[in-house]
Amino acid sequence: MTVILVLRGKEFEVKPGMCLRDSLRKINVVPESVLATRDGELITDDEILHNGEVVKLIAVISGGSV
Amino acid sequence: MKCRKCSDKAVINMRQHKLALCQEHFLDWLPSQVQRFIEKYKMFDHQDRILVAVSGGKDSLSLWDILWRLDYQVDGLYIGLGIDGEISYSDQSHNLAESFASERGLHLHVINIPDSYGVSIPELAQQTTRGMNKPCAVCGMTKRHIMNRIARDEGYNVLATGHNLDDEAAALFGNTLNWIPGYLVRQWPVLEAHHPGLARKVKPLCRIYEREMAAYAVLRGIEYVYDECPHALGSKTIYYKELLNQLEMDQPGAKLSFYLSFLQAKENGLFAPQADPGFERLHECPSCGQPTSNDGACAFCRMVDRLPIKSQLP
Repeated sequence: MTVILVLRGKEFEVKPGMCLRDSLRKINVVPESVLATRDGELITDDEILHNGEVVKLIAVISGGSV
Repeated sequence: MKCRKCSDKAVINMRQHKLALCQEHFLDWLPSQVQRFIEKYKMFDHQDRILVAVSGGKDSLSLWDILWRLDYQVDGLYIGLGIDGEISYSDQSHNLAESFASERGLHLHVINIPDSYGVSIPELAQQTTRGMNKPCAVCGMTKRHIMNRIARDEGYNVLATGHNLDDEAAALFGNTLNWIPGYLVRQWPVLEAHHPGLARKVKPLCRIYEREMAAYAVLRGIEYVYDECPHALGSKTIYYKELLNQLEMDQPGAKLSFYLSFLQAKENGLFAPQADPGFERLHECPSCGQPTSNDGACAFCRMVDRLPIKSQLP
């Protein structure tokens, strides 16, 4: 009974039935710093995550000097 | 969550605006916002020739896409830095910028630092005091110099960069922590060309969150370099962005308000130009003609003059 979140090639397991926002906070990822895709589609953070799902996270922070 | 405009399924929720949108409406909304800020800050109009500095990242490629969709006269400039970092970072970025331009039939200028100066940015940095530990300062200075030169030589009067709100808020945060007057005085969506031959510098994405820019790139199918520049890992900018996002998580709109309050304070005269140590001290570099606050040659020309292989460019 798990949901897998993938961020930069690293997998995190969370319990199903939680919304994306709560799932991100469980794995200490600030929701404002990522986008999430399910089957290639962007999803909002109120989406409930179901058993067996794999959600791919896209880190959005970049930074250097310009 | 449903789209506020059509009730279809939303793909993004922008808590700072209390606005959720579907793909179609988000891809219309974002360029319309950028257009609004171009007008509000008097950045440019359809008569101007605009050069966009593209790194191959999500912000600069998306900015080019947006300005192209808004029918501006816009070309791109890619600067090859010679950064490998075991991920062929520069090669990857260059290929993505080239593909983006050719798919849309747009013109991309390419300047490759190792070809022009005989050394990569990390090698160049190693030969200077300012870049001994980290090449970011040398990289930034070199890019600014080349952007100014290409804009001047190729007749562009506007130079656009993909700085988003998170970039601006992080820079402001750093400058405020240290109360750096020069940077605070100069930080603004537009930097006017006070010198003949210099292009006006503009940041059309300065009020758009970085997360929204990433969503725009993904939804438009723009392929961008996902890997971070190997030298930016652990940078202060990224650290400040993470701190600001922590704040944003608990107070939606905090980043935007921080930046907008600063702009408002500046408009009300909080940071007088006289606070800038470089104020009114700019003169022309005798070597490249670009403005500098140094006596004699600018920092870039002095750096290049010390290289064993001299610049083959003017």
